Amino acid sequence: MTVEEDLVPDVGAVPVEALRVFGRTAPDATREEITAHLREAARAVRRRDIKMVRAAGLGHIGGEFSVIDILVTLYLHAMNVAPDRLDDPDRDRFILSKGHAAAALYTTLATAGFLPPEQLGTFMQPLSPLNGHPARTKIEAVEASTGPLGHGLPIAVGTAFAGKLDGSGRRTFVVVGDGELQEGSNWEALMTAGNHRLEHLCVVVDRNRLQQGAKVSDTNDLEPLADKLAAFGLEVVEVDGHDHGALVDAFAAVPAASGRPTAVIAHTHKGHPISFMSDNVAWHHKVPSEGQVDQALAELENS
Amino acid sequence: MTTLATSTLHDCRDAYVAELVQLAENDERIVAVVNDSVGSSKLAPFQEKFPDRLINVGIAEQDMVGVAAGLANGGKVPFVSAASCFLTARAMEQIKVDAAYSRHHMVLVGQSPGMAYGELGPTHHSIEDLAWLRAIPGLTIVVPADPEETAQAIRWAAQHDGPVFIRVSRMGVPAVNPNDYEFVAGKAVTLREGQDIAVVATGTVVSRALEAAELLAARGISARVLSMPTIKPLDEQALHAAATQTKGIVTVEEALTSGLGGAVAEYLAQHVPAPMRFVGVPDQFAPTGSVSWLLDHFGINAEGIAHAAADLLGV
Ligand SMILES: Cc1ncc(C[n+]2csc(CCOP(=O)(O)OP(=O)(O)O)c2C)c(N)n1
Ligand SMILES: [Mg+2]
Repeated sequence: MTVEEDLVPDVGAVPVEALRVFGRTAPDATREEITAHLREAARAVRRRDIKMVRAAGLGHIGGEFSVIDILVTLYLHAMNVAPDRLDDPDRDRFILSKGHAAAALYTTLATAGFLPPEQLGTFMQPLSPLNGHPARTKIEAVEASTGPLGHGLPIAVGTAFAGKLDGSGRRTFVVVGDGELQEGSNWEALMTAGNHRLEHLCVVVDRNRLQQGAKVSDTNDLEPLADKLAAFGLEVVEVDGHDHGALVDAFAAVPAASGRPTAVIAHTHKGHPISFMSDNVAWHHKVPSEGQVDQALAELENS
Repeated sequence: MTTLATSTLHDCRDAYVAELVQLAENDERIVAVVNDSVGSSKLAPFQEKFPDRLINVGIAEQDMVGVAAGLANGGKVPFVSAASCFLTARAMEQIKVDAAYSRHHMVLVGQSPGMAYGELGPTHHSIEDLAWLRAIPGLTIVVPADPEETAQAIRWAAQHDGPVFIRVSRMGVPAVNPNDYEFVAGKAVTLREGQDIAVVATGTVVSRALEAAELLAARGISARVLSMPTIKPLDEQALHAAATQTKGIVTVEEALTSGLGGAVAEYLAQHVPAPMRFVGVPDQFAPTGSVSWLLDHFGINAEGIAHAAADLLGV
């Protein structure tokens, strides 16, 4: 992957506070150690994310906080990818199709060592590689440019298809929003994935039941979602999307023994676990006040 | 600072929704069709008054425009209201076939076009819409410059028996048209007389063209300012006059220069060849930045326009 170097601003110009880089879970870690590591990392990512959104005055904090546990579990534990192996053709691929949660991805990438943490201070600033939606021309670890909903899953089907053609065991993980699933392109891609039995593909649905302006069920309902995905030929698993242990197990089961692509319906809450944001549609892209940041940080300490 | 730069700025979505609600009160055929875009289109007042006449298909733009065409077939007058980037890029074939080729009376309202979404990046910018859409036969393209023009264009589109695309921006703009202004589809508006050069601008950046004319006046250059609220069909008469009565034309738009600029150039090249300069977004994806930062970055401001005019005149 090539990065447009000329777009990278002087990161030293923007003061940022330190972010702890967690790195991956240890290979010999016990289950308790793994979940504790992921829980601690997710808390750090949320802390950093809310401060970034506050500083930029822009972001999609609701959908960021609903997806962070999924991102952290993938990058710090489940996926076979490392910062020094981004050109390895057999690396696992990740695509954030709900690109509006970019701040959560950037923060997770920094926490996992894929981005210099000081670069987070340039989020949304003129010429920064960290704009409102992830771009593969600007950040090496970003596999697909997203933002318009309904692009990531077809691209993921393509990366999984390429892996199959190469006889590679590499896996592709893609996270889609539940509102995003209203886009027909997803169902076209799911049909392709099911018919071609792309077993190394894992579609994670961030099932927070809200979209931009209302509940998904009050807009254009998806249910029965699990039945629909199964009917398209996917192996469907439903988990609590904030339970790191459950996510670890779901991702470890890819590829499924059935030889079908996997769909993980991750039941989440927008704004989780902040009391005044959780399940509240108003927080799709609201920017917290100084006081709300303080309250959220305090709640995170006790979460 | 010119008077325009210090005057009140308006979000044209307010004028759009106020007009649409008023029209809908008197015309039961009017419906709104959206893609989870009630908030971003500021359509809450419409939704409150006419909950049954607001059709939210969810995040599904191709469906949205196709459904609107079907509603038009059923005698409704649909106002499709969605972020311009997704409405045009995602549903282009539906716009071409279901709206234009089918000659349906439907109004496509492209919200927050140009670079209004600033830092959200090129995926959310709609700078291609004018170039893309003007390639479609029979589609009227309107780019209002201020709230009054927005309201009048919406009113006109509600009774025009054909497909119309209207850009409605969230970026704050001052009122630029005279008090007794009347929008006429396909007609340019002379906002300032001048003999040395003509600045032909559209939409959100018309006020910047007026500011540029002030800068040029200070240098002894007399600039005519033409506002082009309709990109298609073009006001060829006004362009003909501008090309023959001045030394050249500068086009100004919050879009790729193949939008208004391309349309004007095609007309002039065939009928009255004249020197031109193009102010707009060049052939590249924008870097990260706010809309005001990006407009300055690309020289789509008073200084950039004045510079282009001086360059054309060789002064
Ligand atoms: C094609 C397209 N249409 C509309 C939008 C505007 N938009 C951004 S986020 C969003 C809601 C997404 O809801 P969901 O997929 O459920 O995401 P989450 O709840 O996780 O934030 C919408 C409509 C978009 N980004 N892309
Ligand atoms: Mg959702």
